[in-house]
Amino acid sequence: MDKTKTRNVKFILGLTLTGIILVMMIAGIVHTPYDPMAMDLSAKLEGVSFKHIMGCDNFGRDIFSRVLVGVRETMFVAAAVVFIGTFVGIIIGTVTGYFGGWVDEILMRFNDAVLAFPSVLLALLVIGIMGGGTKALIIALGIAFVPSFARIIRGEVLRIRNLDYIQCVRLYGASHLRIIVVHILPNLRTVLLSSVLIGFNNAVLAEAGMSYLGMGAQPPYPSLGLMLSEAQGVIYSNPWNAVFPGLVIVIMILGFSLLSDSLEKKT
Amino acid sequence: MKYVLKKIGTLILTLLAVSALVFFAFSLIPSNPAIARLGTEATPEKIAKLMHDMGLDRPVLERFGSWILGILHGDFGTSYSYNQPVTTLLSEKIGVTLLMSVMAILITCLLSFPLGIYVARKSDSKLDVLFTTINQIVMSIPSFFSGILITLLFGLILKVFTPGGYVSYKKDFLGCIGYLIFPAFAIALPKISMVVKLLRDTALKEADKDYVRTAYSRGNRTKAVFYKHVLKNAIIPVITFLGMTFADIIAGSIIVEQVFRVPGLGRILLTSISGRDYPVVEAIILLLATAVVVSNLVVDLLYKKFDPRIHV
Repeated sequence: MDKTKTRNVKFILGLTLTGIILVMMIAGIVHTPYDPMAMDLSAKLEGVSFKHIMGCDNFGRDIFSRVLVGVRETMFVAAAVVFIGTFVGIIIGTVTGYFGGWVDEILMRFNDAVLAFPSVLLALLVIGIMGGGTKALIIALGIAFVPSFARIIRGEVLRIRNLDYIQCVRLYGASHLRIIVVHILPNLRTVLLSSVLIGFNNAVLAEAGMSYLGMGAQPPYPSLGLMLSEAQGVIYSNPWNAVFPGLVIVIMILGFSLLSDSLEKKT
Repeated sequence: MKYVLKKIGTLILTLLAVSALVFFAFSLIPSNPAIARLGTEATPEKIAKLMHDMGLDRPVLERFGSWILGILHGDFGTSYSYNQPVTTLLSEKIGVTLLMSVMAILITCLLSFPLGIYVARKSDSKLDVLFTTINQIVMSIPSFFSGILITLLFGLILKVFTPGGYVSYKKDFLGCIGYLIFPAFAIALPKISMVVKLLRDTALKEADKDYVRTAYSRGNRTKAVFYKHVLKNAIIPVITFLGMTFADIIAGSIIVEQVFRVPGLGRILLTSISGRDYPVVEAIILLLATAVVVSNLVVDLLYKKFDPRIHV
């Protein structure tokens, strides 16, 4: 009883925070109050006011507008990374889980070796090879996210494959492809939902971290992590320059983790 | 003992696989470091000579072999941009990163267990909502942001330390610890709240089980049941989690070093990536991977000690 209540509170809070982020993202796509890249040296390091509700950075760019576009950037990268991770993860996970054998053995050994790498390190390795920029970041993080998805999906496919109803369709003479597409994939959705939410969260964190290191969006293009590192030089005189983008990152992560917590299967 | 040997065997195989992966990944890049160093004006003869000096004209497999042999002798090759052996270049930086990571791990363990146990024991009181809320928020603050806030609060407002004023541990060990404690804390903060949450949740789940009720029915006090039965079982998933966290802490140090201007492996890794100084990048990635794999091994062994039923 009590547990359902906290679950509901978590769900509503998570939904509200995620809603705020989505509104910011849409604003970042449709309309920002100022041009996020337009420099106005007369407004350099201007504080919080009605004109600039989050102040201006040391090039006189409106921080609120930059945050809106930064949210869009982060969400886009995170969504693309999770998409790559789930897509490739489903393929690898289903093939290895369903067919087993030596392909499974080799791929899973490799998978475990990659999984032992922290995603930031792996992404840095890929970026070291490909060079920086948003596209490279998406590919780098995408590769880093595949193994965890593949592992989860493989486990689930392995479980479903041995259930009675699959044996039954097999007796009817269904092909492997049909069994996988019609009978196994739809049943992965519960596992997928929670791992996609958790993965999305990790992707947001990784994107922010990598762009903080300067390995994501390149200046003058805004991203939340980059804004944090730019704000560090003026942190004493203008702490808000760092606090606002940072808070937005916190709200993003908090919202998604509350959502995924509340949607988690009852145990 | 056989178990330990088998684990060490897999560890060596994994490291070999990692080093092969790193080395061949970098040899796939079309860019030629000799041309990069000499500039576009260089004559073909000069490029050929430099490539010969750098050993780049040999076949890939041969280069890989001599690279591995060199590593076994503690020689990671020569940096392109610093013109120094990688080993000399990195020797002090390894110490810095290692010190910071170990401090972060210690802070995590020292703070999260008492806090987690306290929160778990208070889980049926009114404070629980407060604790869970604070915990959830702290968990969502990325370490580089909390690092910036720590710099602002402790460095610039309270003036407990000078941001960017890192002193080498060789010169002033205590001063170095006094500086590194802040980045280590920034790394540890989200991990602490994760462990606290996990410990609380598993302890609560464990407390519902039949054996706990039996323990109560035999007349044990709440405290005794908690420490002798519930905690003992609740701690196993926490140890697994801590093990995975070590890897995260080592990787997290790359980012936090940048926040606090700590001259460790992370900073030189970033400059080497943008400077395309591959011997340095390869060496650092291999070193960090080794640290991760070794810490995983230690956790596996600890895990077996806490729960002897586990066979791997």
